[in-house]
Amino acid sequence: MTQSTDGSEKIPFWRDDRVWRIIIQLIVLGVVLLIGSILLGNMFRNLAQLGRQFDFGFLRNQAGFNIGETIVPYQTNDRYWWALVVGFLNTLRLILVGFVLATVIGVLAGIASFSDNWLLRKLNVFYVEIVRNVPLLLQLFFWIFVVFYSLAPQRNLSDPPTPLLGRGFINKAGMFVPWPANTTGDWLALLGVVLGAIAAFFIWRWRIKLMETAGASGKPQQWMLIGLALIGLLVLLFGMKWETPTLGENNSITGGLRISLEYAAVLAGLSFYTGAFIAEIVRAGIQSVSKGQWEAARALGLHTGLAMQLVVLPQALRVIIPSLNSQYQNLAKNSTLALAIGYPDFFSTFQTTQNQTGRAVEMILILMAVYLIVNLVITTLMNLLNRSVQLKER
Amino acid sequence: MTTSYPPAAASPPPIAQVGPVAWMRKNLFNSWFNGILTILLVWLLGSTVINFVRWAFSLAQWQVIPANLPLYFVGRFPASQYWRVWVLVALLAALAGQTWGILAKTAPRLFSRPVLIGLAIAALIAVIFPTPPLYRLLILGVVLVVAASAWVGWQIGSKIPGFGKWLSIAWAIALPIALWLLLGGFGLRPVNINDWGGMLLTVFVSVLSILLSFPLGVLLALGRQSTLPVIRWLSTAYIELVRGLPLLSILFFASVMVPLFIPGNIRLNLVIRAIIGLTLFTAAYLAETIRGGLQSIPRGQTEASRALGLSTPLTLGLIILPQALKVSIPAIVGLFISLLQDTTLLLIIGLFELLGISRAILANPQFIGRYAEVYLFIGLIFWVLCYAMSWGSRRLEQSLNTTH
Repeated sequence: MTQSTDGSEKIPFWRDDRVWRIIIQLIVLGVVLLIGSILLGNMFRNLAQLGRQFDFGFLRNQAGFNIGETIVPYQTNDRYWWALVVGFLNTLRLILVGFVLATVIGVLAGIASFSDNWLLRKLNVFYVEIVRNVPLLLQLFFWIFVVFYSLAPQRNLSDPPTPLLGRGFINKAGMFVPWPANTTGDWLALLGVVLGAIAAFFIWRWRIKLMETAGASGKPQQWMLIGLALIGLLVLLFGMKWETPTLGENNSITGGLRISLEYAAVLAGLSFYTGAFIAEIVRAGIQSVSKGQWEAARALGLHTGLAMQLVVLPQALRVIIPSLNSQYQNLAKNSTLALAIGYPDFFSTFQTTQNQTGRAVEMILILMAVYLIVNLVITTLMNLLNRSVQLKER
Repeated sequence: MTTSYPPAAASPPPIAQVGPVAWMRKNLFNSWFNGILTILLVWLLGSTVINFVRWAFSLAQWQVIPANLPLYFVGRFPASQYWRVWVLVALLAALAGQTWGILAKTAPRLFSRPVLIGLAIAALIAVIFPTPPLYRLLILGVVLVVAASAWVGWQIGSKIPGFGKWLSIAWAIALPIALWLLLGGFGLRPVNINDWGGMLLTVFVSVLSILLSFPLGVLLALGRQSTLPVIRWLSTAYIELVRGLPLLSILFFASVMVPLFIPGNIRLNLVIRAIIGLTLFTAAYLAETIRGGLQSIPRGQTEASRALGLSTPLTLGLIILPQALKVSIPAIVGLFISLLQDTTLLLIIGLFELLGISRAILANPQFIGRYAEVYLFIGLIFWVLCYAMSWGSRRLEQSLNTTH
């Protein structure tokens, strides 16, 4: 057996793993670049044939289309970029309210699957299995055409509207519900309620801390919380000037808040759909807490509610929150289906703009940027929330 | 030191815990809160059911469904060529029956009581469903074909152990045969793909998209796990970009941008463009699912196969991927279910799949306003398809479960 004298016997390069690693990467990069350049080359050639240049200047042109409902003022002769902003605000209104509703529905349904009421458990399974196995778009059609349009059977806006629970009305134009008038007193009352909520949050944390460290009963703090809630409710009910919708001449409705049927349908569809998925996540999260934790909590003398609140839920949240993140993202992405039933969300203004201007490339870049930013914001917030419930380890 | 406790006072024997009254007391009225809840739920449920039944038997006009059955199932497929669809259905039924029989080869009895009940219900539906008598016979025949071929498969499976391999080849051959039957050519009258619609289009688009996205998804998952930085970055960028976008924007991209990317003289059919969009979309989700499976395989598996002298491709193909894919079957079926549901979005880019054809039917002045009937019907179709898939995946998972 001969040993190389200088100890630097070279491996031939075709047997060297490191060389191959670099070569493979170069090949893959080359192929991706080649395909990309062919596609982009085709695109620029096709665009040149159509006589278009890559340019965002068209956003300053007059939009010239109408948007059914807006939160901020918008006129037909406003610019394209403003139309897109208006659509985006409509999307935000949809997904923010949708997050709250879906979470409430999902958490309630998730907890209901642990109820010792047989009927409630079965109904819950029924809800989850139906909603998860039927396409969302079909559910949206069902909400608008079967549920909401049958609540408002009027043909014309001049027909008398259907009363809604004695306090509001519903017709083709939407649901009219009582809403605070825009006065200074209302805003002050609202401010008071918000301050009360913040105070309640701190009292609640104080209570938990006392219960955990000093083993206190938490009764006085509980009374304080109940008192705050009562005061808040009274302020909301009587401290604010609620405006009920009234029926005027020609069955025109004034006052109150108008919720369009399209908005209500998309909101209901998205919330119940996402709620079913959240319910499964909540159920899995609670199930992931071992039974011993329940038994230990009961052995310490905590009754079911407190055991849930102090022992099980904090641990379940660690499992629940990461999956909630993707459900919220799905809700935001699914909100684009609003287009199909005529709620003017961002995607719908986007599509109208694209159809009118023919600027496919520029518009798709805007679209991608908007939805990627929305998803990024949701993920960042959920990660912050996640960090606050994670196990603190050294 | 031992302490002796006095024996607990003998408790009286428990009251009989059987019978409907005891059951109701235990499950429905075990506290005042549950009692109120039960009464409330019964009232709610009862009024809903009564209203629904009253509507279904007096107000609803169900003839919108039998009158448009061909539209729901095959769209504007030429009526003279329906036999091709029936042949295809029979073929698939035979294959599915065989597969079922072979998967159940270890079962002591193939036709257990729930299976028999299921077959009976299927046959009953075939007989009472309001279609022309010929179609009733044909549906009944399909149910029979499933049962017969399941029995044959069960018999063969228990005698010839290696038969399962041939079955996967048969499934692979079924796809070109299906395309030949549906599209025509080679002696059959060609049918334009634009005339497809309804459930045919829904199933075709979702099956083709999942088949096409599968290799892409596996490659992307492997790329994301790769130790080569360039490949890892490229795969990660693609996956995250696609997963951050709504499907509608991907379909929009496919229908508007794809024609820009190909040379100007080639025109792609809208169905093909939709399949491209769905494939690009599903591949990214599949990649993440398969990545989860890859991560669940312990490193020792790689190390052991390297120690045996297997190269990287062989390690991946023979050791890692089979295990990873088996782990991710439930998630992959979940993706398949959501893909089937997502095909409804094709109506927005102008294709007449199941939901799109329903809109077209509802636009017919003869059936205007029959939303509830139509949507309940296709909702039921989707529900049965999706529920069957998730049930099947649970069974497959059990039968593939080789851990002890």
